[in-house]
Amino acid sequence: MMIESLKYMPQPTQSNTALAEHFTDLAPALTARQAAIESSRCLYCYDAPCTRICPSEIDVASFIRNIHDENINGAAAGILKQNILGGSCARVCPTEILCEDACVRNHDAEGQPVKIGLLQRYAIDNMTIQGHPFQRAPSTGKKIAVVGAGPAGLSCAHRLAMLGNDVVVFEAKEKSGGLNEYGIAKYKLTDDFAQKEVDFLLGIGGIEIRHGQTLGGNLQLKDLHAQYDAVFLGLGLGASRQLGLTGEDAPGLLAAVDYIAALRQADDLSTLPLPARAIVIGAGNTAIDMAVQIQRLGAEEVTLVYRRGFEAMSATEHEQHIAKENQVRMRTWAQPQQVLLDDAGRVRGMRFEKTAIVNGRLAGTGESFDIAADAIFKAIGQSLDDSGISDPLASMLKREGDKIHVDAQFRTVLPGIYAGGDCVAPGQDLTVQAVQHGKLAAHAIHQDIQSKLEAA
Amino acid sequence: MADLSINFCGIKSPNPFWLASAPPTDKAYNVVRAFEAGWGGVVWKTLGEDPAAVNVSSRYSAHYGKNREVLGFNNIELITDRSLEINLREITQVKKDWPDRAIIVSLMLPCEEKLWADILPLVEATGADGIELNFGCPHGMPERGMGAAVGQVPEYVEMVTRWCKTHSKLPVIVKLTPNITDVRAPARAAKNGGADAVSLINTINSITHLDLDRMVAYPVVGNASTHGGYCGSAVKPIALNMVAEIARDPATKGLPISGIGGIGNWRDAAEFIALGCGSVQVCTAAMLHGFRIVEEMKDGLSRWMDEKGYKNISEFSGKAVPNTTDWKYLDMNYQVIAQINQDDCIKCGRCYVACEDTSHQSIAQLIDAAGVRTYEVIKEECVGCNLCEITCPVQGCITMVPQQTGKPYMNWTQDPRNPRAEAVAAAIPAAPELVQG
Repeated sequence: MMIESLKYMPQPTQSNTALAEHFTDLAPALTARQAAIESSRCLYCYDAPCTRICPSEIDVASFIRNIHDENINGAAAGILKQNILGGSCARVCPTEILCEDACVRNHDAEGQPVKIGLLQRYAIDNMTIQGHPFQRAPSTGKKIAVVGAGPAGLSCAHRLAMLGNDVVVFEAKEKSGGLNEYGIAKYKLTDDFAQKEVDFLLGIGGIEIRHGQTLGGNLQLKDLHAQYDAVFLGLGLGASRQLGLTGEDAPGLLAAVDYIAALRQADDLSTLPLPARAIVIGAGNTAIDMAVQIQRLGAEEVTLVYRRGFEAMSATEHEQHIAKENQVRMRTWAQPQQVLLDDAGRVRGMRFEKTAIVNGRLAGTGESFDIAADAIFKAIGQSLDDSGISDPLASMLKREGDKIHVDAQFRTVLPGIYAGGDCVAPGQDLTVQAVQHGKLAAHAIHQDIQSKLEAA
Repeated sequence: MADLSINFCGIKSPNPFWLASAPPTDKAYNVVRAFEAGWGGVVWKTLGEDPAAVNVSSRYSAHYGKNREVLGFNNIELITDRSLEINLREITQVKKDWPDRAIIVSLMLPCEEKLWADILPLVEATGADGIELNFGCPHGMPERGMGAAVGQVPEYVEMVTRWCKTHSKLPVIVKLTPNITDVRAPARAAKNGGADAVSLINTINSITHLDLDRMVAYPVVGNASTHGGYCGSAVKPIALNMVAEIARDPATKGLPISGIGGIGNWRDAAEFIALGCGSVQVCTAAMLHGFRIVEEMKDGLSRWMDEKGYKNISEFSGKAVPNTTDWKYLDMNYQVIAQINQDDCIKCGRCYVACEDTSHQSIAQLIDAAGVRTYEVIKEECVGCNLCEITCPVQGCITMVPQQTGKPYMNWTQDPRNPRAEAVAAAIPAAPELVQG
């Protein structure tokens, strides 16, 4: 892990127990009474806009009506039928730009959408379904390889298993869950929820997960292609984008996702390296997650720097609000110009150039300023890790931008090889969308195999 | 300020709000609290012959709305479970302490004239302003030949009413049961027996809900339940209709009516009064919120009357009665059409699915290139049923707009589409004159 490069830094002064208090649920679960009141607010719209906007097509009005009618298991089954990771999506979905934005009660006259995310969480957290809620169809005798045990791969594996197929999931990391396990801010997905959810998902049976399997390393696409009836690639975006500046490798400069992963995996938060002053570069939700978490660990000064204005940030207003509430300084209209190093070659700050829109394009103004910092975290986006798709067969995958090209059925250009989640274009890089990709790809895989059988 | 005081068949009270005969008027302690809170009168919880009734546990249950608001209330309590002597003593004292408030004593006895002849002088001696005959209690007491068992037989109603008028000088109010096919029959019987007024409705036979684990209805007593009497907001529409039936029945026209049934605020009260009531009685709303609600009821009614220019209750009492008529006198040429205010519409689609699935397919769902939904009324198809307006969650977004048909008033007796039009027109009197509010 890159976080090794911060080893020379001090550690948080608070104890692990005290620090853990800062990473409890950002949006606490609803009580039964709150759920009853909130569910009664749903108007049970027809052709409901919340459902239309849900990337995983959850019938929102229906599950909320079930909650209100005290049919919690029915509500949970309705959610999980469309989205087997409904529990984590309830926690990490940017509902403020999806269902809750679309809610008719978000109309100007009221401006109080139904708390759909919290209600979804209530249903999943409080269901009492014995065993797994879904049964597998009779065995097809087919075996499918899924690469990546993130939301897309897990969703695909689950649906394939449900349709009667056997699945082997190949995962490079020690744990399954992908970004739910390694990438989401700790206070959004607390406890060991990601692992519990994976265990629940595997409850359907027919899915084997093999860890330490790296595509392009000890795993070759051509082998999977030869040995399995189909392959689904849910690779995610493993590479962090570079600033392209000298000093990018200096101790003290690293990718935000690496620090967040270490934070999520730490058994003892007080052993994490903690810069007194930190800079976060970027304007997405990862940048906000990084800035807020380092602040909560005890950093004295955290500055988030973005080259454009607030309105252009991809972090939602809700996320920006969280940052402000956590005393994160936000500096807009400035771009990194130079990594400032001390005599030992470690980060001591960063020089930024002010920016402006000139003739419709973003440009440096020539005016610069320095921000002193002990660490710089890059959160300027992720891209496909090329090393994973460089074997002879994988390199034949058609690309679209820096992602993998797929058709509407999530087929790549290579027969029998499908892909979904963040690694394909187009996409919003949302967990909920990855789940949907995996689900739809599973249906496409199953149907393609079955229709081939019928044709034969 | 409007004058809220009333003189109801000789019973005077500073405002038309009385507490109905029920648990809130069971004893002096409650009644004194009610008078302190400002109630104009009470109907003391029903007295009977000694020994006093014995009650069970539990006694109440409710029908809930979406957010646990009580829509309807059910009880299996009997008449007073305290001795006649204690009740009479307390009534005497309270009336002495609160001379300006109305105290009416509710009574229920078996159908034997002597029993009535014996108790009436005792009631009169308390100084009470009147009596109310409980011919309505639908649970427990009818099994013993009292309450609704009397109210359901017009001959008994008339007989007992006459006994009371014979043996007492007090005004007699006959409380009617709604658990009957035509409420006009017992009302006529009461009038024939000499009743000074009727009050209605008593509670409706009901089972609110069940414990599906124990397979027993609420309220549970041991392992069983029994039907109770239903009251509260849910029964108001039934009560209003029955009040109107009596108010517009030529046989009982002008008979004072004390309105009961789901009255919880000033508007409910105004509606009962407009349909012919001279006083209103409240129970469930007080049981759910306490006696303090009378404050808002008086204030609201008084301000509304000022706004409308009504100086006292009698100025608008019965004012909606002439506008309550038989179906056959409704104007066949009247036409309203739904209009959706697009600025207020939140695009929930409820009007659309309601009309499309269950009515006249008169609302179109338009989807533009961006996926934005617009709901528009198809005027040619709209019959003006009000369903879309009812299902719309935004008050005032959908309005029913009267159309200029250019056609004169024509009721069903005059309608050429009525195959029996001429016969009907000949057999019935001309349509009553409607009064504009």
